[in-house]
Parts: sequence; C-alpha cells; structure tokens
Amino acid sequence: MRYKLEKRREPSTTMLVVTPVASVIVTMLIGILAFDALGVDGWAAVRDIFLTPLLASHKWQDVAVKAAPLVIIALGLSLGNRAQVWNIGAEGQYIIGALCAAGVGLAFGQAGGFFVILLMIAAGVIGGALWALIPAVLRTRFSVNEVLSSLMLTYVSLQVLGYLVGGPWKDPNGRNFPATAPLPESQMLPSLEGSTMHLGIIVALILPFAFWLLMSRSTFGYQVRVVGSSPNAARHGGFDAKQTIWATMLIGGAMAGLAGSLELTGALHKIDLGFPSGYGFTAIIVAFLGRLNPFGCLLAGIVLAVTSVGGQLAKTTVHIPDSTAGIFQAMMLFLILASDILIRYRIAKRA
Amino acid sequence: MTARLELKGITKRFPGVLANDHVGFAVQPGEIHALLGENGAGKSTLVKMIYGIMQPDEGEILWNGARITVANPKAARKLGIGMVFQHFSLFEALTVLENIALGMDANIPARELEAKIRAVMTQYGLLLDPSRVVSTLSVGERQRIEIVRALLLNPSLLIMDEPTSVLTPQEVDQLFVVLRKLASEGCSILYISHKLHEIKALCDTATILRGGKLVDTCEPKVETSRSMAEKMIGGSLKDIKREGRGLGGEKLVVKGLNLPADGPFGTALKDISFTVRAGEIFGVAGVAGNGQNALLLALSGEEPTARHAVTVNGTEVGHMRARDRRGQGVSSVPEERNGHAAVPVFTLADNAILTARDRLGMVNRGLLDAKAARTYAGEVIEAFSVKATGPGAMAESLSGGNLQKYIMGREILQKPQVLVVSQPTWGVDAGAAAAIHQALVDLAAEGSAIVVISQDLDELLSLCDTLAVINGGRLSTPMAVSDAKIDEIGLLMGGIHGEQTPGEVAHAV
Repeated sequence: MRYKLEKRREPSTTMLVVTPVASVIVTMLIGILAFDALGVDGWAAVRDIFLTPLLASHKWQDVAVKAAPLVIIALGLSLGNRAQVWNIGAEGQYIIGALCAAGVGLAFGQAGGFFVILLMIAAGVIGGALWALIPAVLRTRFSVNEVLSSLMLTYVSLQVLGYLVGGPWKDPNGRNFPATAPLPESQMLPSLEGSTMHLGIIVALILPFAFWLLMSRSTFGYQVRVVGSSPNAARHGGFDAKQTIWATMLIGGAMAGLAGSLELTGALHKIDLGFPSGYGFTAIIVAFLGRLNPFGCLLAGIVLAVTSVGGQLAKTTVHIPDSTAGIFQAMMLFLILASDILIRYRIAKRA
Repeated sequence: MTARLELKGITKRFPGVLANDHVGFAVQPGEIHALLGENGAGKSTLVKMIYGIMQPDEGEILWNGARITVANPKAARKLGIGMVFQHFSLFEALTVLENIALGMDANIPARELEAKIRAVMTQYGLLLDPSRVVSTLSVGERQRIEIVRALLLNPSLLIMDEPTSVLTPQEVDQLFVVLRKLASEGCSILYISHKLHEIKALCDTATILRGGKLVDTCEPKVETSRSMAEKMIGGSLKDIKREGRGLGGEKLVVKGLNLPADGPFGTALKDISFTVRAGEIFGVAGVAGNGQNALLLALSGEEPTARHAVTVNGTEVGHMRARDRRGQGVSSVPEERNGHAAVPVFTLADNAILTARDRLGMVNRGLLDAKAARTYAGEVIEAFSVKATGPGAMAESLSGGNLQKYIMGREILQKPQVLVVSQPTWGVDAGAAAAIHQALVDLAAEGSAIVVISQDLDELLSLCDTLAVINGGRLSTPMAVSDAKIDEIGLLMGGIHGEQTPGEVAHAV
C-alpha cells in the first residue's frame, strides 16, 4: 500500500492540538528505546525526566520557577513569529534586561520597596526592548537578517555581563568571585512563605490572557497575522510591514527583558556567570510546541520546565548527564516541526 | 476519412468533482477545432489527457483510427501531438535557441538545430532572431518560441491553450495566419478559448463543454457569438443596463504620475495623466506587463507617489498610503486574488476586516468587532451569490471565480467614491461576469468614478465610457469608446505611439 499527502480543504484544528501532544509522547518513546539500546534503564530515565517532576509535589515549585521565564519569553517570541520575525536573540535580551534591573538596584544601594522594584523591572523591560531594537533597525534599514544579528548580539551580551560582574559591579565582599552582591531583601520580589515561588509566576499566569486578547481581538494582532501570512495583502489593507517588524521585535525583547528582571528580583537575587541558563533559547521551543498560541505557550512552558527539572533529577537517579534534557527538548522541537505538515495535509491511500 | 483524433466516452473524476463526463468528439485532419467552455468546464482536464499529463478514468482515445494510451507528454510528442501552453516555460536569461534546445527530447547539435529553427520560422513567417535573449522579447514573441518549439516536431495535431489572452489584436491576426497555413498543410489544430469572435473567425467546428459534459458541437461560422455564449453558459445572457447614467464633476484626477520600476523586470510609470468624472467608467487596455500592476498600486496608495499626482474630490492624495486613501473613498481590487486582495489562510469574515474595517466601523478602541465583520461578509456572499460555506470559510477554499466575486463585492458594497479594479472578471464564469459588470455600472450610476484595468479588450469596450491604452508604463490619450477604433487600439497596445525609443519597448515586456 502506498500513501500520499493530500491537501486539506481547511487546516485541521484537531491536528493543531494533537501534533504537539503526539510530539511529546513520541519523544518519550524514542527516549526509552534509545536509552535501553545504550544500556541505561530507558523507562527510569524517561520517567524521571517527564513524569517525576509532575508527580512529586515537592518538585512543583521548581517547575513553576523554571516555567515562568520560559512562558514570558515564549509569548513575546510567538508574537514575532506570527509576523515572520525570527528573533533568536531572546537570551541576550534576557541578559541585558537582568543587567539593567541590577544596575537600577545598585544605584539605589540598600534602598528598596515597591517603587524601586517596579523601577528595576521597568528598566529590565526597556533594556530588553532596546537590545532587540538593534536587529530591528538592521532589518528594516539595511535588510540584515534578524536571525543572525539577534543571535550574535547574544554573545555580545554575554561579554557585557562578564565585564560588569567581573569588574565594576563585582561584589567587594565576594572573595573575588565574578558576581554581583546579593540584592538587599527590600529589592526582592515577594515570594510565598517558605518557598521559592515568587510573584513573577503570577505574572506568567496572567500574561497569556493579555497576549490572547492582543493576538485574537485587537487590530494590532490582526496586523501581525496579515503581515506574517501575506505581506502584499497587508500592504493592500494599509498595514505597514516595517512598523510591524519594529513592534514585534520590541515586544519580544521587552518580554525577554521582563523575564530577566523577574528572574533576578524573584529567583536568583544576584547575577553571576551562571545567570544565563538558556531560557531564551528554550523559549523558542516553547513557542513552537505551544503553536504560537498564548495558552499553548503556557502549557508548553510547563512541559519544558518539567524536562529541565527532570533532567537534574535523572542525573542523580539514573546517572545520565543533565544535558540529556536538552536532547529531549530538541527532539520535541524536531518532531513538532516535522508533524506541522499534518495540519494542512492529510495522509491518504494512493489510488 | 479516418479522424486524426477521436475521443470516446472520456471520463475523469477528481475528489468531489466530475471533471469530464463521457466526452466524445472527433478532430479531422487539417481541421481547426475549437474547444469552448467557461472556466471549470473541463477543457484543460480534457487536453491534459490528450497530451498525456493525466490519464482518463474511462473512455478511449483513438489516434488515426487506432486506440492508444498516452503515457506522458513525451509519448504524445512522439505520436505527433504538440501543445502550446497558456503559460510559457521559458528561461528569461537564456536565448531563443538555448530555450528551444533545452526543451527538445532528442539531442540535436546546436548548428543543425539553428538551421531547423530558421527553416520553420521562414516557412511560417514566425520572424524571430534565435540569438535574442528571452527577457528582451514581447509576450507575442515569446509565444512564437513556444510555437516554433512545437512545430519542430512536425506535429499532426497542435493544441493551443488560450493562445490569444496576452496578444494585441494585430498579433492575434498574425497568429491566425500561421494557424491557417498549418491547417492547410494538413495539421489539425485543437484551439481552446472562450473568445467567441476569434472562434468564429478561425475555427471550422466547435465543441462546447459545460460542467464537464459535452453540450453541443456546432459550426461557428453559422452561429452568432451570442448563441454560442448561451450554449456555453446554459442560459440566456443579460445585457448590461446602462441607461440613465449622466457624467458629473471630476472625481479622480491623475496628473503627471511617475513611479520608478519595482525591480529589473518591473515597469516604471511615466507621466500618466487622466481624469475620471463621477459616473464614468474609465478603461485601461494593454498587454500584460506594461505597467498595469504599478498603476493599480499607485492609485490604491500601496505605492505612494508625489502629493499632487493623484487628486480625489479635489483633495490631493498622492502622498497618502492605502489606509488613508480608503479614508478618502478610494477602493481597489488588485489582479492577484490570493495573497494580495485577500489572505488565503483567513476566513472571509477576517478578509472583510482587511479593507472594510475603517469604512464600516469594524474597529472599536483598537479591538476588532468580529460580529460586524461576519455580518458584512454574509451580506457580500448573499449579494454576489458567492458559493462558500459561509463567512467562516477560508478564502483559499473558494474557487478562483467565487473568491473574485467576494472581493469585488467587498469593495463595491462599501460604496467607494473611486474604485480601481484590475481584471475584474478574470477567471469568473460568464453569468457571474455579467453580474459583476452590472454591479460596476450600478455603482457608477450612483456617482462613483471607476477605473477598470483589463487585458480583455471586449470587456473594456462593452463596459467603459472612456478608454486609454497603457504601454511601457505610458498611457495613451484617452478616447471615447463610442468612437474608438480597434485597429488604433491594437497599434497603441503594440507600442506605436509617437516618440518611444526602442529601449523602452524592450523594457516594457
């Protein structure tokens, strides 16, 4: 029996939902087989990476803390991706956002309180947006591909971080380690008593609703969708493609910067060389796994956070490197992209 | 006499569609046989089976009396069946000779091939320099390459798919001379078209298809265009009612409009001036690629121009972009439906938002009024008999003709002050075309100014009050349709007006 792909009359909404779920399940199956073949207990590895963080309630706070930045960054990225703007540099915007927040915090010394924290977060948002402005200008003015420029700026931001924490911002009481001094308590985001769950998690839960409203109900969301799917139709309808590139890039950078400042004020409380942990890159997978849908990003952010927490777990239980989680995350992205075709095509028997 | 080609009970099914339903007819040696029908009548499917691109589900094909299966186009060419497609497959950057050599099944040395080409060209008066680069040729000249390519194989049946849709009247005459000469030498010609006066002038027999079925075989020379049209659409044609339309004041004034070319193969607009009054329908004729697209973009505001170049109701709007021009009452329908006039992956309701959101109040404080969009899409579907499942149907799920009706309706029902349309009835069946024409006339009667850009001269002559010809980005002096002469229009379409330099002619194609 031979099969062929046949174009659907209308894109399938079922497949839109089924393919991400299937991608996760198939990733798990491949994982079991691959680890068994390597002589590791495949089921135990996959269980610890995908299921234990969900089943063990003491892991939930870790999942929530890791999911929050992923969801926030992915929301911004998915908006750009809808407009065919490919910002790969969220990691850099996240770093610059965190540095801007830290700079404001340092300027206030030991002073803190609601307004200082708000100012730090605002600085993070603006810093991330300005960092994203560079690829936006390069793209609209000089037709420079934003994939390359935004990615390369990530490495620039790493150098900036290295310079600041190893130089002017180095903690004088830090035994010469390259790191900023821990934030005074008055500059930290409020968190749940006796837990690491901070206010940023609430932000990550509210933002999907705001983005849904923006994407599906507003003229701006419509503009983003038209520019992304038919640039000529957008021009015909009187929508400015350049303006859309600017806006989506800035929002993407602002969200990454927001995530960075929330991570600083809510979770890590200082910046050292280990501060950038790849959230900006993982969020790209979150955006695609979530089908560029705001609520999808929320769910996908949780899934990716589970695998990150699970990866740490599997390191101690089945003794596999924690980079295994990265392999699984990449596999999910690969499978979701590969199964995309099923939304617009169906598999039919060849006559 | 044995027929050159005979089809018996040919049937072809596609999912949900019966494209050909037991079609049978015969083409005699030396006969020019018309295959006539509206878009979607099944003409293309039928010839694709004759040329071996598709296989019939039922029925048989007889070639000189013998039953055959045509496995692929190569097999068809071997039998002696040649085909000239509506869309050419030529490499712009290669010469005529190189293009022909690339398309040959057999490997012939270049010098020998060139000699053969020259022989065919002289024999049929298809004058063309084999060393010319294709990008410098006009559409008519490009078609000659395709014809020469087909004639090199000494075909005994030549299939021509809508060959005149891109030609000037003079080029059409030249083509007919070649085709008649071929037929007189015994080559059969299967001529696909929906242009009735051409079929009357050229063809011996006409087979008429409608909805995949053969409805009649007739002799075009004794039929009238109208009788054939009515057989083609299966109903009676309505005349456009155009009485009671007076011309008012100047609505749209275009003065010294210039626009640089968009890319190396684009056409620049040069010093275009014309005036359209309230109630007037102004036609722009011309062969494809002479600046029609640029003109539409300049008028719709998708390409802003000098401020004073375009004036609407006394307001200078040349510098405004599409959205602001719509605010001044200028609507437009570009030639390309999918991806320009409409977003293929959006619903019809969402596509209503694209151009009607400001004029019909579909935006409230930055948020879209989805209900208003659905209601308006429903009204358009109703008023223009668009075949669609409803406002929620994806634009790409509609047939080309139905999407065209929807897009035309979307603009017309907004009652624009000025409407600029390109190819308003392209790919639309005759019944719907008449409805669209009537809607345009009615809109004009209410005092709007309408610009119709079309390659279909018949359409312009029957619809417009005034006509001008665009060639190489320049517009001729407008003339009243009532005293326009076809010959003169044809010459203008071919680029004979005054001081044009040869370089510009070459650039125009």
